[in-house]
Amino acid sequence: MKLIFETGQEGRRCTILPNLSVPEYILENDLQRKQELMLPCVSETEVSRHYTALSNRVHGVNNGFYPLGSCTMKYNPRINDEAAGLPGFTNIHPMQPEHTAEGCLEVLKEAEELLCEITGMNAMTFQPAAGAHGEFTGLLLMHAYHTKRNDSKRTRILVPDSAHGTNPASAAMVGYTIVNIPSTEHGLVDLEALKAALTPEVAGLMLTNPNTLGLFDKNILEITRLVHEAGGLNYYDGANLNAIIGRARPGDMGFDIVHLNLHKTFSTPHGGGGPGSGPVGCKEFLSGYLPGHRVKRENGNHFQLPSDESIGRVKMFEGNFLVVVRALTYLLTIGKEGAADISGTAVLNANYMMKKLADTFTVAYPGICMHEFVLSLENVKEEHHVSALDFAKAMQDYGMHPPTMYFPMIVHEALMLEPTETESKETIDYAVLVMKELYTAAEKDPQKLKDAPFSQPVRRLDEVAAARKPVLTYDFTQV
Amino acid sequence: MTDLKFTRTHEWVKYTENKKAKVGLTDYAQQQLGDLVFINLPEEGDAVTAKETFCDVESVKAVSDVYSPLSGTISSVNEDLMDAPELINEKPYEAWIAEIEDITDTADFLTEEEYEAFIKTKA
Repeated sequence: MKLIFETGQEGRRCTILPNLSVPEYILENDLQRKQELMLPCVSETEVSRHYTALSNRVHGVNNGFYPLGSCTMKYNPRINDEAAGLPGFTNIHPMQPEHTAEGCLEVLKEAEELLCEITGMNAMTFQPAAGAHGEFTGLLLMHAYHTKRNDSKRTRILVPDSAHGTNPASAAMVGYTIVNIPSTEHGLVDLEALKAALTPEVAGLMLTNPNTLGLFDKNILEITRLVHEAGGLNYYDGANLNAIIGRARPGDMGFDIVHLNLHKTFSTPHGGGGPGSGPVGCKEFLSGYLPGHRVKRENGNHFQLPSDESIGRVKMFEGNFLVVVRALTYLLTIGKEGAADISGTAVLNANYMMKKLADTFTVAYPGICMHEFVLSLENVKEEHHVSALDFAKAMQDYGMHPPTMYFPMIVHEALMLEPTETESKETIDYAVLVMKELYTAAEKDPQKLKDAPFSQPVRRLDEVAAARKPVLTYDFTQV
Repeated sequence: MTDLKFTRTHEWVKYTENKKAKVGLTDYAQQQLGDLVFINLPEEGDAVTAKETFCDVESVKAVSDVYSPLSGTISSVNEDLMDAPELINEKPYEAWIAEIEDITDTADFLTEEEYEAFIKTKA
């Protein structure tokens, strides 16, 4: 397929602009571009065909099953987009006078209130653009808290070995040293190791609960108490909130700060369709440090106030505002009772799928899982030299997106599956059938899996060459 | 290979002249990691501590820490790996990562036979 720069002709344009109705203004010389802007020269027909062709080559949740573990690839209802497309939300500018966009402030306030109720927090910012950005922001709050108390010795962040890779990365970005806490054989935080790591240098703990093995840590109250007693704060990574939404709240578990992934749990576009949104909530004692302005409500009016103690802003204006509109639409659509149905069905679907696969595949941590579970293909790799990667590629030929691979890192040849609550029993049954067929194929005809995929726009990609010799920019001299 | 010593974290150590030692990753380690695409090498003059991270390697699967088998000072690093981390995949026992001098402490070493037995228990 051609790139958009390789289609069209010099001078071709897309839009017919109306005549200018205001006087033309010429920018001063030093503000003008010196170099011509490299833009594709294409007609609207060509643009339309180009993007339609691209959309035919991707797999989204609208195409089929998408069990990408820890990513919560649920279906996003169209009504969210309808709300986000309302002119009152789209024809606004962040610099216009506040009182002319009060409806937008009300959206932020209402979303903040509902999400605080769901998480057990007291205040929230919508500035962070995605999950890892939220982690970074949350850790800045933690840092501001310790700094305010003149407690400068706290330089360490505790992260369990089952954590998302972004947790240690975010902590490192803030300048913290990461201390890894091992898991027990049951996949939970090792309490003795935690106690040993809780030195006076610990600023806090980052935890995902349920964790990336799909297990809810039953010692959570003990864990957060121990961290608090040692003077640290508890940070909740909301990536897996879908498993507990409407049933348990991070705030009640002893967490002080949370980030949410609106693009996971709250049904807003995810991945290439983004943008994401990673709001950060906190308990009252940290609320003054939040970035940006706080939306206040008084006598039905909405306005914004700055905070003197704020860490400053982490993104322009109100973050990805239209994503918040979508998430609020979702919340208002499902209602309070519906929230518990999300987690209930998500957990039921995951357990159903895990049980159906358990007679063929090795479940890494057997028992009852939460919203996701992890298989280990180590035995298949050893006996038939078919890896988790080969399996993932072969699944593409059956109209489904591969699961998360090689994660969490404490499970070898891992495949991590999260069916989500929006998949039907028939879809899950079909996926189970396919995976069992592939298992049989791995035993009888391993080469078939090694050569997969067969049906995709491209065959097996050379991941090693892509990583060693990446081509990251387009060479315009080729045109 | 009998002059090599091994660690439970899958590094090898080879003592060289002048009480220095070269360290690298074992064949088992490179197999488990898969094709390496990047190595974050230590720097000459860095003080390293036995059993603590001194380098990391990136494969298409993940980034992994490499633990120093020795306490001492880095006397030289294998710059060739910067452009060609795949040397570790191709010849793990020739592709040394760093040479360490002024050695003051070591990790618990295994002999080749002990290491072979150890990785069997991992499988």
